[in-house]
Amino acid sequence: MASMRDIQRRKNSITSTSQITKAMKLVSTVKLQKTKERAENSRPYFQYMYNTVTSMLARSGSLDYPYLKSGASEKKAVVVITSNRGLAGGYNSNVTKLVTGSSLKKEDVLLYTIGRKGRDSLEKQGYQVAEDYSDVINAPLFSDAKRIGQRLLEDFAEERVGEIYLAYTSFKNTVVHEPKLMKLLPVEFSEAELSVEEAKTPMNYEPSEEEALDIIIPKYLASLLYGALVEAAASENGARMQAMDAATSNAEEMIDSLTLQYNRARQGSITQELTEIIAGAEAIS
Amino acid sequence: MAADKYFELEIVCPDRVFFQGEASMIELNTTEGQVGIYKRHIPMTMILDPGLLIIKDDEGQRAAALHEGFIEILPDKISIMAEAAEWPNEIDLNRAEEAKVRAERRMQMHDSNINLTRAELALHRALARIDASRRG
Repeated sequence: MASMRDIQRRKNSITSTSQITKAMKLVSTVKLQKTKERAENSRPYFQYMYNTVTSMLARSGSLDYPYLKSGASEKKAVVVITSNRGLAGGYNSNVTKLVTGSSLKKEDVLLYTIGRKGRDSLEKQGYQVAEDYSDVINAPLFSDAKRIGQRLLEDFAEERVGEIYLAYTSFKNTVVHEPKLMKLLPVEFSEAELSVEEAKTPMNYEPSEEEALDIIIPKYLASLLYGALVEAAASENGARMQAMDAATSNAEEMIDSLTLQYNRARQGSITQELTEIIAGAEAIS
Repeated sequence: MAADKYFELEIVCPDRVFFQGEASMIELNTTEGQVGIYKRHIPMTMILDPGLLIIKDDEGQRAAALHEGFIEILPDKISIMAEAAEWPNEIDLNRAEEAKVRAERRMQMHDSNINLTRAELALHRALARIDASRRG
């Protein structure tokens, strides 16, 4: 049996760890509230933008527009949104697994990373990183999304990449976060949606259709990126809160069992001392 | 019929739903110039220019500043996707005036380091804010 001193030492170290995890849980709970609100406020825009753009494209029928078909380049841009810090359970590894487990070939992938954790682990696995925007993840702004979107469009227009994907964690509610890989460009819309929408009146554009799309597509891309960023931020804090909650309760469990062990050891040592004293007294008499 | 002239109006920004309700007419600035839209307009998509937005219904009219975005018009529904929109009481008039002066100066400097279109856009935004806040 371990000595009382050893058990006490372990207990102390676990207690201080649990204090840290408890504090981290509180911090991420507060942050979750803030980021969750942002994610919920931005969701309508995200949704409307998606619906509007897909219905717009469906209505305009077969349009010969560069953003509607894959580029000539074999390269595929993947925007990977993870966090800058760990201790968030499976949050980061779920996203990186999504990329490594997808049908995208490692040689073809060009990463645009937001979040250090994802960048480091994918870089280690041999993926090529084109650009890193890790500084924006803590407080994503719409202008950040716009800047990243612009860069992606430039690369797409200059045929450095042929397709653009986005890997992020979508925020369903406080406990459910779902890693998602979606295709941003070329814009895809389902056939079913198209046939229903096509029956409706055709859309007019002012200025011309191409000019309008030239302006709308960057906005579409920026809004999708922004939506993904705020949802990822909310998911990150949600995941961290859960992980820290689990860590705290695990620590409490360990402390409980260590307390039991400690008490047993204490009792054992007292009993031993007593027997020694009694044995000594008997030897004298 | 009074109720017949109302259409659904939705104004959505990245950080919030700015307006959701009914209106009888809206006025706003597009890249093609100022337009006023009533119900049963032909389907149309237009690009917004920063400017004053006026929403009219039977009770009167409300003004707001609207920056960058696009508008999708259907006969009985209008959706505006704006990057930013502000009611007059949310606008800091002094800041807007300052921004206007700054943008004007930049445009006059003829410096190659300064992006003229950006300065122009900043000026438009400032003017939109000033306009809206005076109307509010």
